[in-house]
Amino acid sequence: MEHKQWNRRQWIQGTGAAGASLLAGAWPLGAQAQSPITIGVIYVGPRDDYGYNQAHAEATAELKKVPGIKVVEEENVPETQAVQKTMQGMISQDGATLLFPTSFGYFDPHMIAIAGKNPNVRFSHCGGLWTAAKHPANTGSYFGYIDEGQYLNGVIAGHMSKSKKIGFIAAKPIPQVLQNINAFTLGARSVDPKITTTVIFTGDWSMPVKEAEATNSLADQGVDVFTMHVDGPKVVVETAAKRGKFVCGYHANQSKLAPAAYLTGAEWNWTSAMNAIIDAARTGKPHPNFIRGGLKAGFIKTSPYGSMVPEAARKNADAVKAKMIAGQFDIFTGELKDNTGKIVIPKGQAFKQTAIELESMNYLVEGVIGKI
Amino acid sequence: MNDIVLPVLWAVLGGAIRVGTPFLFVSLGECLTEQSGRINLGLEGVLVLSSMAAFGGAYLSGSPWIGVMAAMLAGALLAGVHGVLCGLRRVNDIAMGIAVMMLGTGLAFYLGKPLIQPQAPTLAPIMLGSTSSSAQLQAALSINPLFPLGVLIALALAWLLANTRWGLIVRMVGDSADAARAQGLSVNRVRTLATMAGGAIAGLGGASLSLFYPGSWNELLSSGQGLIAIALVIFARWRPLACLWASLLFGGAGALGPALQSVGINGAYYLFNAVPYALTLLILVLACTPYRRLQGAPSELSVQR
Amino acid sequence: MSPRLLATIEAAALPILAVAAALLAFGVFAAWGGYPPLEVWRLLFVGAFGDAFSWQNSLQRAAPLMLTALCVAIPAQAGLMVIGGEGALVVGALATAALPYLMTVPPSLSGTLLILLASVLAGAAFGALIGAMRQWRGVNETISGLLLAYLVINLFKHVVEGPMRDPASLNKPSTRPLDDSLMIGTIPGMDVHWGLVWGVVACVAASIWLAFTTHGFSTRVVGGNPRAAGLVGLPAHRLVITACAIGGAAAGLSGGFEVAAVHTAANASVISGLGYAGILVSFVARHQPLAIIPVAIVLGGFGAAGSLLQRRLGMPDASVQVLLGFAFVLILAAEVGRGRLRLPGRARGAKAP
Repeated sequence: MEHKQWNRRQWIQGTGAAGASLLAGAWPLGAQAQSPITIGVIYVGPRDDYGYNQAHAEATAELKKVPGIKVVEEENVPETQAVQKTMQGMISQDGATLLFPTSFGYFDPHMIAIAGKNPNVRFSHCGGLWTAAKHPANTGSYFGYIDEGQYLNGVIAGHMSKSKKIGFIAAKPIPQVLQNINAFTLGARSVDPKITTTVIFTGDWSMPVKEAEATNSLADQGVDVFTMHVDGPKVVVETAAKRGKFVCGYHANQSKLAPAAYLTGAEWNWTSAMNAIIDAARTGKPHPNFIRGGLKAGFIKTSPYGSMVPEAARKNADAVKAKMIAGQFDIFTGELKDNTGKIVIPKGQAFKQTAIELESMNYLVEGVIGKI
Repeated sequence: MNDIVLPVLWAVLGGAIRVGTPFLFVSLGECLTEQSGRINLGLEGVLVLSSMAAFGGAYLSGSPWIGVMAAMLAGALLAGVHGVLCGLRRVNDIAMGIAVMMLGTGLAFYLGKPLIQPQAPTLAPIMLGSTSSSAQLQAALSINPLFPLGVLIALALAWLLANTRWGLIVRMVGDSADAARAQGLSVNRVRTLATMAGGAIAGLGGASLSLFYPGSWNELLSSGQGLIAIALVIFARWRPLACLWASLLFGGAGALGPALQSVGINGAYYLFNAVPYALTLLILVLACTPYRRLQGAPSELSVQR
Repeated sequence: MSPRLLATIEAAALPILAVAAALLAFGVFAAWGGYPPLEVWRLLFVGAFGDAFSWQNSLQRAAPLMLTALCVAIPAQAGLMVIGGEGALVVGALATAALPYLMTVPPSLSGTLLILLASVLAGAAFGALIGAMRQWRGVNETISGLLLAYLVINLFKHVVEGPMRDPASLNKPSTRPLDDSLMIGTIPGMDVHWGLVWGVVACVAASIWLAFTTHGFSTRVVGGNPRAAGLVGLPAHRLVITACAIGGAAAGLSGGFEVAAVHTAANASVISGLGYAGILVSFVARHQPLAIIPVAIVLGGFGAAGSLLQRRLGMPDASVQVLLGFAFVLILAAEVGRGRLRLPGRARGAKAP
């Protein structure tokens, strides 16, 4: 549990050095009284989906153990006026003063609308692009540089693929997804530039039959290492394993589902981010409006390597990981071409993880077979 | 050219069976129910509840085939609720179907909550292509063990409906309740039994979803496949054997999008999803006339009057 | 007591008894799962109608259901069973979001009315198409409605995430958001948007139309007895298609409100099953527009209460679906009891017609 215990000083150093910005400004250090608090956590799907929602539910389960924190939760809340009423209900009926609406679709307009009506309640959204000019001060967003994990997935995939074809099952061609596809591909091609990634978009965040069919179609084309960006990776992991292929996980640790096929994975670890936000609320400090962090800040982590991953692959990935943690590694550096041959990042330019441009990515890099 | 066409063909063939098997069972179930003169829109609920029951049964017992039995039982019971209640006076079968759909999905989601995370023993595929040297062919021919069962049921149903006394009774009840009553038959009993049998067959579709493909339980597993069965039955003009081809066609349509993307032909994935509906609608518009009912339709069917 | 009053009492009593039975059954179901039934019942009430917040929560959830229920109820008056309301809602939502792409919409109340009109027209066209296919081609409206709904939902997703996608809608692919001046606010003093008022007005207007106008009466005649309608020379085709169009218009309007009062743009979140929920509302209300209002509010209340069951007792989110399943099955089955209510000591021997 040691790594999950949050240490504020460590966190500030971590995010600070990684360049994560806290627009709310510096916090005064020193112990302050922690008042009791009720927080509300809202999920768009089931809490035990082995994926996006489970990652948050695991962090929330840790929060429940902290004295003085009361948690109310609701799952399967659609991104409609239902979530507005859920947020308002948590405030009016349960006395929540800090809300974590975790699905991307909750941000605009739902959370913004409810935040305007409840200026004394704090809202922290996962993934949204909070900007001081547009959004209320009692709202904010946190997110992790999960593409670091997908790059490392790619490095391992690059070592493991025999066919030099790897596959990515994705929901929709949105920036967060494209960034992961590109990072995965760049990681693999850093091992062998002949590798190509074929991507299949299913069109929705959770479509078990389509996801299974996408996995099978790619396996038929000779793809032998898979990863994904859908809400619940369970189906892709299991289907790939049944076809005798390897798979890299996403969102949470899925190794239990297919120990013989699971190479490694990119996982969220929301405990530190959520703790930072809760701590600010309990001590009356300004609401941290914009929090980002990667491996270094502990916002994301990688699943332990499967036993089939050879020493050379582990060494290579661990070396990149060490560089990432030291802040010496940029995934998106020039010269970078997209898969139509257009130069998207000119020579000499490199995007740090913190670069806000990355959050509006709209291309697939060279080596990805697929179209947006 | 061949490096694109052939792989896509194999993928679609394999996919048609993989994706189409649940369609086959629900459409056969609905076909039988509708032959007796009643529509069961609740089949979506039957499919969801039975896939949960299959997964739960397999998980608790450790045997996927016990899961299959549980699915048939759950399907028959829920369809039985529909069958019995629709036999009451003034009860509308379309509305009741939707209510049963809500009850079935509600129960399945509620009881299935603890089943989202675990893994259950799944059905082992039948490896028809194990002698083939092509990996693609092997994959396409590792068949869902329930699929041959579905083909058998389709053949049996076609034969039973056409050639046996039992089939005659079902069709008579479906074509003219008055004539059946004149023969001293209990219309309600026949319809209830046909609905329950239909539910049990549809339950096999649920088992196929949660125990074979994709082979796990979650709340979006069906996503309306039970409702598509209603369209499929019309597409197949209430003939069990045609249900088989129609299911494979719908399954193939579902597999075509991912298969094309896997060889780099992208875009418009939502439009691919829409193809089966557009096709069925087109066939309806072309085949129907305002002067007589659709050929093959049981005349007691509420949606054909 | 007049037979008419008796019939009205009976019409109200049967569903109420059925809901009571469903609540009882749900309590047993909850107790079986280890949840205290008394507390479950209390929370159901508190969450639905316990205080001002709960009331507004329920009313807000009821508003779109009134409009989507009309999409079933009005064609039902003309004898058709249209269950494609979700499709009409979706095309309505798309039309509202699309109008600013096609023309400059004035940034004022008239602009808001204009985008709502677009949703009404789109929904009406959708409904009319179902009616026309039925009247002129003999395509069953239940099936075609279902198919068309699936079809337009996929087209909708394609269009809002493809050709009409706002490049600035980064991770939530949507159309361009409506200008703030076009957005619909809340009813003064309440946290409920104006869709509620429009829903109630639409239900009242529909019931006046059915009861007091010749056109409404003709529609009911066509629905009740097509042969008689033919004998007296009523234009059945026109009446049926019009009824479908009016129903579609209502559901289309609810889609317009989803965009202009809730989502600000058209995106996949708009598709949330409101059209399907409307089918059940209409059936429980026996396709009577006035009865739709209370039924929609009760259904909205169940939805609001489900939220509280989850937060306070940790019950699964599907609890409300189970309760609704029980309730709807029992309400529909209770139809069999109609005509059985008799005054004590009177008419015991008379046979129900």
